[in-house]
Amino acid sequence: MSTVHPRKAINMSFLTLDGLGKSFGTFSAVESISLSIGRGEFVSLLGPSGCGKTTTLQMVAGFVEPTRGRILLDGADITRERPEKRGMGIVFQSYALFAHMTVGDNVGFGLDMRNVTRGERAARIAEVLDMVRLTGLDKRYPRELSGGQRQRVAIARALAIRPRVLLLDEPMSNLDAKLREDMHVELRAIQKQLGITTILVTHDQVEAMTMSDRIAVMHGGHIVQIGSPFDAYEHPESVFASGFLGKTNVLRGTVEQLNDRCAVVRVGASVMKVPHGGRRFEGDVQLYVRPERVALTAAPDATLHGRVTTCLFLGNHWMLQIDTPLGVVRASLPNAGSPPPREGETVGVRWSDDAVRMLAENLTHG
Amino acid sequence: MADSSNSLATASVQTARDSGAPRAGAAPWLLAAPALLLFCGLLLVPLLLTAVLSFHAFDGSQGVLATYTLANYAEVLGDSYYHEIFLRTAGMALAVTVLCVVLGVPETIILSRMKSPWRSLFLIVILGPLLISVVVRTLGWAILLGNNGLLNNALQALGIVSEPVKLVFTMTGVIIGLTHVLVPFMVISVWATLQKLDPQIEHAARSLGAPPFAVFRRVVLPQLLPGVLSGSIIVFALAASAFATPALLGGRRLKVAATAAYDEFLNTLNWPLGATVAVLLLIANIAIIVGCNRWIERRFRSVFEA
Repeated sequence: MSTVHPRKAINMSFLTLDGLGKSFGTFSAVESISLSIGRGEFVSLLGPSGCGKTTTLQMVAGFVEPTRGRILLDGADITRERPEKRGMGIVFQSYALFAHMTVGDNVGFGLDMRNVTRGERAARIAEVLDMVRLTGLDKRYPRELSGGQRQRVAIARALAIRPRVLLLDEPMSNLDAKLREDMHVELRAIQKQLGITTILVTHDQVEAMTMSDRIAVMHGGHIVQIGSPFDAYEHPESVFASGFLGKTNVLRGTVEQLNDRCAVVRVGASVMKVPHGGRRFEGDVQLYVRPERVALTAAPDATLHGRVTTCLFLGNHWMLQIDTPLGVVRASLPNAGSPPPREGETVGVRWSDDAVRMLAENLTHG
Repeated sequence: MADSSNSLATASVQTARDSGAPRAGAAPWLLAAPALLLFCGLLLVPLLLTAVLSFHAFDGSQGVLATYTLANYAEVLGDSYYHEIFLRTAGMALAVTVLCVVLGVPETIILSRMKSPWRSLFLIVILGPLLISVVVRTLGWAILLGNNGLLNNALQALGIVSEPVKLVFTMTGVIIGLTHVLVPFMVISVWATLQKLDPQIEHAARSLGAPPFAVFRRVVLPQLLPGVLSGSIIVFALAASAFATPALLGGRRLKVAATAAYDEFLNTLNWPLGATVAVLLLIANIAIIVGCNRWIERRFRSVFEA
């Protein structure tokens, strides 16, 4: 189900989740998660709320005891290890700063627990505060900081203990959009610089795609797809993954004929050729076309014709909804400086054959 | 009514303009008026009258005289009989406060971690004492703690003691009774603080390497301090001025300030002396509370400014 990169799985796995699952009574929050994360790798667990991603993170952190499966860290089984013994740095959604301590004491808390000498404590606090660009704020209290600064303190506090694994639990969801984008870049840079193995839990696909080496898309307590952001986006292996990672148009059709490289699929009144990538398809299928692969055309060879129902301007592109005989098709047109068709206008729509992805109708998971 | 409030509003606006202060309007004053009137009528005026009364001279045959004197204060402040009463009151209030902290804080923490039906059930159990008349509750304690009471019978039946432990008409009995009544105030106060705590904070501390006890001592407890302090102030003030429980469980000879004042008023009919005891109790109470408050706030400034 989850395609793990073989080289990483065998040689480099630093943190391994082996059939990890958690049930609360009869409700199974996490079915069975198997995941190998290489040293220094950044992996995102991406999914909607209730998909089991947070429970998975809590099991890795040691706050939730798994019902089944194992967690291996650097070859050692830590499934039953207490959280304070695991050496994991965690950045929480609420930041969870200690309000009664200064920034310096917050960051130094983990060092106090490790009986670090005074000199080294001060040096390491200064080092991580410098890293998150909060130099000189160590005497402040959390309440005297902005939301973005608090977030940085939370990151510094997690990094100060030189964690074996960094766990990020929706850390950006309380920041505004602009700040969030900046933090993505900055946090990713710090992570690469330190070479720290990181798991990010998020429901924000942009966040997952911009920061991760690999994305594990989760749904209903399973990993339904794992791969690089580009692979996961371009080759979704399930209906769910294709809908959750970016926007997509879904068309239902029936395979009429299977050629060497293409399947001939009837969609309503149209017939389309779709590359099948060596997989066998028959009967009902679903076709996916990303909005950015849909183009408008005046030529008579248009795949479809339809009427523009809405046209939203989003700065760098327009998002059009086009009412066609096959249903509503969304098209994303780059803003090249000229205005798009007006609402109510009839337009021709086309896409190239290789823009279409195909999945069997009854396939819900990868 | 409407007219008078209108003119009042206009008047206050007028004065605000005249004095050049930023115009606040009459609304805050009008909204506060009912509480303000109640406060003045039921607290400030009687308090003032009591204070005035404490300066009146008293004669055994003629009663309260119209002349003013400091003799009452000299008597209370100079007599070791009253010293003992005030020390006993302070000791009792302190013991009850400490017991309420020791019992109430863990109680609240456990309560906050209980699951849904049990939590509300035990909250009612804890708040229960407040729902029962103080006299009934205290007499209940007298039955439990008496020489022939449930507790002593049980202790003797179990062979733990051979003779009844004397609890009624002792300070121990009074402290037990008062703690029972006042623990809910501590629980409510700590509860309010605890609800504001981010549950992820404990996880954060654990992940940074702190074992559970260190998490409690270094992270949870310091953040509960404001709640513990306000709870302690309420408990101390109520314990120091408690009347019914010391009167019923402590008996006639084990006097505290409140019962001593009562006796002056109703037994010796020396109203000025009773008023003096009451005024001094109030002053001592305020001094101790304000002093402790200042000290703790300075000591744990970081927590209280959050």
